[in-house]
Amino acid sequence: MSPIAINLVYIVAAALFIIGLKMLGRPESAPRGNQLSALGMALAVVVTLFSREILTFEWIVGGVALGTIVGAVAARRVEMTAMPELVAIFNGSGGAASLLVGWSAVQGSAVDGVATMSIFALATVSASIIIGGLTTTGSLIAWGKLSGRMTSAPVILPGQAFINIFLVGTAVTGTVLFVLDPQLTGIPFLLILGTAFLLGITSVNPIGGADMPVVIALLNSYSGLAASAAGFAIGNLLLIVAGALVGASGLILTDIMCRAMNRSLGNVLFSGFGSASAGTAIEGEARPVNAEDAFLMLEAANSVVFVPGYGMAVAQAQHVVRELGEALEKNGAEVKFAIHPVAGRMPGHMNVLLAEANVSYDQLIDMEDANQMLGRTDVAVVIGANDVVNPAAREDEASPIYGMPIINVDHARTVIVMKRSLGAGFSGVQNRLFFGENTRMLLGDAKASTSALLGEFKD
Amino acid sequence: MEAVLLAFVLVLSIFLGFELISKVPATLHTPLMSGSNAISGITLLGALTAAGAEHGEMAVWLGFAAVVFASINVVGGYLVTDRMLKFFRKKDDA
Repeated sequence: MSPIAINLVYIVAAALFIIGLKMLGRPESAPRGNQLSALGMALAVVVTLFSREILTFEWIVGGVALGTIVGAVAARRVEMTAMPELVAIFNGSGGAASLLVGWSAVQGSAVDGVATMSIFALATVSASIIIGGLTTTGSLIAWGKLSGRMTSAPVILPGQAFINIFLVGTAVTGTVLFVLDPQLTGIPFLLILGTAFLLGITSVNPIGGADMPVVIALLNSYSGLAASAAGFAIGNLLLIVAGALVGASGLILTDIMCRAMNRSLGNVLFSGFGSASAGTAIEGEARPVNAEDAFLMLEAANSVVFVPGYGMAVAQAQHVVRELGEALEKNGAEVKFAIHPVAGRMPGHMNVLLAEANVSYDQLIDMEDANQMLGRTDVAVVIGANDVVNPAAREDEASPIYGMPIINVDHARTVIVMKRSLGAGFSGVQNRLFFGENTRMLLGDAKASTSALLGEFKD
Repeated sequence: MEAVLLAFVLVLSIFLGFELISKVPATLHTPLMSGSNAISGITLLGALTAAGAEHGEMAVWLGFAAVVFASINVVGGYLVTDRMLKFFRKKDDA
């Protein structure tokens, strides 16, 4: 097929990506949108196979078969609680692929170990290797932290910012030297490869588990930008367009996550959370409650708002929580689930878990709607959430989370907090919600506590 | 000139991406992320050419590895997004 014909099909594919992404914006149209986007991808792949540049198919068939099996098995088997890890791995795969595409392009052009590409193309190859490489190792570290294979606490080296700046400087220097003298076995090229991988490690390691939503969104953006850079390197417009769409979407999500924590991106990337002061000490006593009394409060309620956090996912309590919600509805109460933008380990994580547990999506409400509602809510039930409901974010200027938008559960008539123990949250910040006049603590495993409440309803 | 043209396309696409995504509700952020992640597997096109063009053994090996990784990204990304989106139902549709 002629390059023009191929590019015409690429235009159709790009349009399908755009329409598909637009349709992903509404729950009713989203499944269809994803299918349209997949159709665009299939079209683009098939037409590329007709390109005159492709002479042999054995490696292509083998590679696609292998990748398809691995991807399909992973996608089918994954538990929804482990979605953040899987998305991290997929991000990393995309980044690695873009790195390899850039590298292969420059390798394929080489005559006697020296690349024969334009200066511009060489620079974009270097960009695809650097962004692709840091996406790869960054995603691996994120995966390690999310899956519990590595400590999720921030690991900050002395002179962390200096190390990162030094690595970026080395990568840029390597690029300049490589463009001027493009030897593939020379030191500049090795510098580019090495610093790319190191940058991913040093930039994700200092970030703590609770900040993971930001990191996942940012790595998503990088994987798109890496594809764009590879597109420049091989002169493929569809790579540039599709990569840029993903890069932009990842940036938007990153921004939403940062705002939801009232922190700048730089602050998330360069300072481990929890190193700050723990805020003003809190005086008072927490009021424990048993399942029986909590049941009586819920039974009398006309409106109940559940506020789930990562603790719900850890306890695998989403199914019993849904059942409890149904029991309350049968009892005549209005039931909603209020979800903070950074609850869980990736953007929208709690929503997926509750949707999987069969909670209707019109019952899932965001922070703004929840806060309008909570003033006239009878009971708010906090399940495994902590910092995102801590009133210190509104009131205590000394608190490290001061200024962060929160779900104001303390505005509800009564708050029931399900929690394992009376310890501080992930950020190490004491939560004054637990000591509030209208707060009752239901201590214990979230799943066990919810089941106990449910048992009371069934009796 | 070609470099400028490509940069032109890049910038417009980024702005288009901002417009498309900024209205997505929080409920759909995870599927949006995995769905857009699948699109970033578009680098598969470059990988196919790299693995199929006979530009020397090393280039083909790199291309082969790129095909494997990009296929994982594309196939896994679309399938898991599809699986997730099927969970999002209203009660009365069930």
